[in-house]
Amino acid sequence: MSSATLERLMLQFEIDQLNAAYAAVLDEKRFDAWPEFFLEDGRYTVQARENFDRGLPLALMDLESRGMMKDRVYGITQTIYHGPYYMRHVIAPAQILSVDGDVITAQANYAVFRTKPAGVSEVYNVGRYADEIVRTGEGLKFRRRLCVYDSEMILNSLIYPV
Amino acid sequence: MMADQSLSRWSEPGSSRVPFWAYTDAQLYQRELEKIFYGPHWCYVGLEVEIPNLGDFKLSHVGERQVVMVRDRVAPKDRGTDHGIRVVENRCAHRGVRFCQNGQGNARSFVCPYHQWTYKLNGDLAGLPFKDGVKEGDCINGGMPEGFDLKDHGLTKLRVAVLHGLVFATFSEATEPLEDYLGPNVMPWLDRIFKGRQLTLLGYNRQRIPGNWKLMMENIKDPYHPGLLHTWFVTFGLWRADQKSRMVMDEHGRHAVMISRRNEGGQNAAVTEGVTSFKANMALHDDRLLDVAPEAWWKVDDPSNPGTDITPTVTMITLFPSLIIQQQVNSLSTRHIVPRGEGEFDFVWTHFGFSDDTPEMTRRRLRQANLFGPAGFVSADDGEVIEFSQDGFRQGGEGRSTLCELGGTGTEATEHMVTETLIRSMYGYWKKVMTP
Repeated sequence: MSSATLERLMLQFEIDQLNAAYAAVLDEKRFDAWPEFFLEDGRYTVQARENFDRGLPLALMDLESRGMMKDRVYGITQTIYHGPYYMRHVIAPAQILSVDGDVITAQANYAVFRTKPAGVSEVYNVGRYADEIVRTGEGLKFRRRLCVYDSEMILNSLIYPV
Repeated sequence: MMADQSLSRWSEPGSSRVPFWAYTDAQLYQRELEKIFYGPHWCYVGLEVEIPNLGDFKLSHVGERQVVMVRDRVAPKDRGTDHGIRVVENRCAHRGVRFCQNGQGNARSFVCPYHQWTYKLNGDLAGLPFKDGVKEGDCINGGMPEGFDLKDHGLTKLRVAVLHGLVFATFSEATEPLEDYLGPNVMPWLDRIFKGRQLTLLGYNRQRIPGNWKLMMENIKDPYHPGLLHTWFVTFGLWRADQKSRMVMDEHGRHAVMISRRNEGGQNAAVTEGVTSFKANMALHDDRLLDVAPEAWWKVDDPSNPGTDITPTVTMITLFPSLIIQQQVNSLSTRHIVPRGEGEFDFVWTHFGFSDDTPEMTRRRLRQANLFGPAGFVSADDGEVIEFSQDGFRQGGEGRSTLCELGGTGTEATEHMVTETLIRSMYGYWKKVMTP
């Protein structure tokens, strides 16, 4: 195996591990750890596919810094009244689109299931992560994670990040 | 249980105690569709800016019926009087097919895929295959019967009215002109946001809420809850009971405007003591989320006090039966209620700005959109409590009802927000419409 192939396999492994760790933090409700996946000025956006495809800028959630993400976490845990639910993320292997120095662009399909107490599990939000990932001294961090979701209807509300 | 009988079960006088069955009775809901959504009421279908070019269309709903809003040709001589917007039902006159499947797009005509019946943009039937039969030798096989006239077989056309770029439609010939329908109390508040302005479309959010459609109207006619349910409103002074506010309604009590002016927030025992959603020490990590910039148009002549002006920071307009228009600081949206049975509705948010907005203002409107919609810091919990309300109503119990008596049992306008008067006034009107 050539060293280039090995490097590529290693990168694939690292990004899939990053996504697995990201899913685990959300599914286990360790929300305080979620902003740490991003750079300080990283951006997290959840946007309907209809807006994305038409170039309309509105997003469901659009957080432009780790600070805003912390404000969202405070909202989830302290201020937004909502019925409790579990999330379960299933993230497909990432497709690496480009590598430019320390910056990697990649995408991965995701499905999030929602389970409410005494409820059946529902398909909650289905889409694609479009990511810009930066290699830092503290490991891989998202400079940008854009979640473009196909689901035409939010099932009432979306409280936690996906 | 017949619906007629069920309404006569509302034995309480007045409209301050809404029976739970008003939200859960399936037959009553069918009558609501006929009498309200398909009756003499103007229903919102969209914004003119969504279909800027000839042939542009988008799908929308009036009640449960899907309609197409489209921009048609206008003859030069009619340009002063015809806005060119048509609304037709998305159902082929031939065999009932929902011929249009794309949510939006551009078309020269509408063609039903099943048998290629073709309609003009205004809904007129333009033609159909084999109308005059198919020639075989000297014979003509088939064809439509003698006397078949294209003119009699167009799509269902709705009446359309456009006000300041807002498009309304009605199935009923009896609906009064739109301006009369809205009335002089509500109109100044629509003028304030829309009159003479070109809108820009920022995008959509859609949510499906498992509750009766009226609960959403109630939510935006209820100034009592925002300073209690919504931490952001009470803590940052965006909406709370110690603000200068006004509750306005039309003469029938069906439409309303909740008007208020933000204050500095923070502690005020009268409205924060014991309120668990108030967070005295809450500060944002990134205060761009609430980077409010006053806009010149906020200030208008006060319709109630001629010669003085008024500068609200928030106006929440409910236009019966299915439209909410939001101005909360720099965030602007229409919210469209699409009922789906007695226990569910879709809620479609269309965010907009103005064509003379700077890029910074557009960014600000988009940032503040984080407060609203299905994931919003303040709106997500509205959908949740509506679901829990419907769950409670479904538990049934003849004679059980809600209790909307904050500020008494009357239906008058007020100069404060410690009241459920707008909910009572809507049900006063609803009772009248629904009583056979």
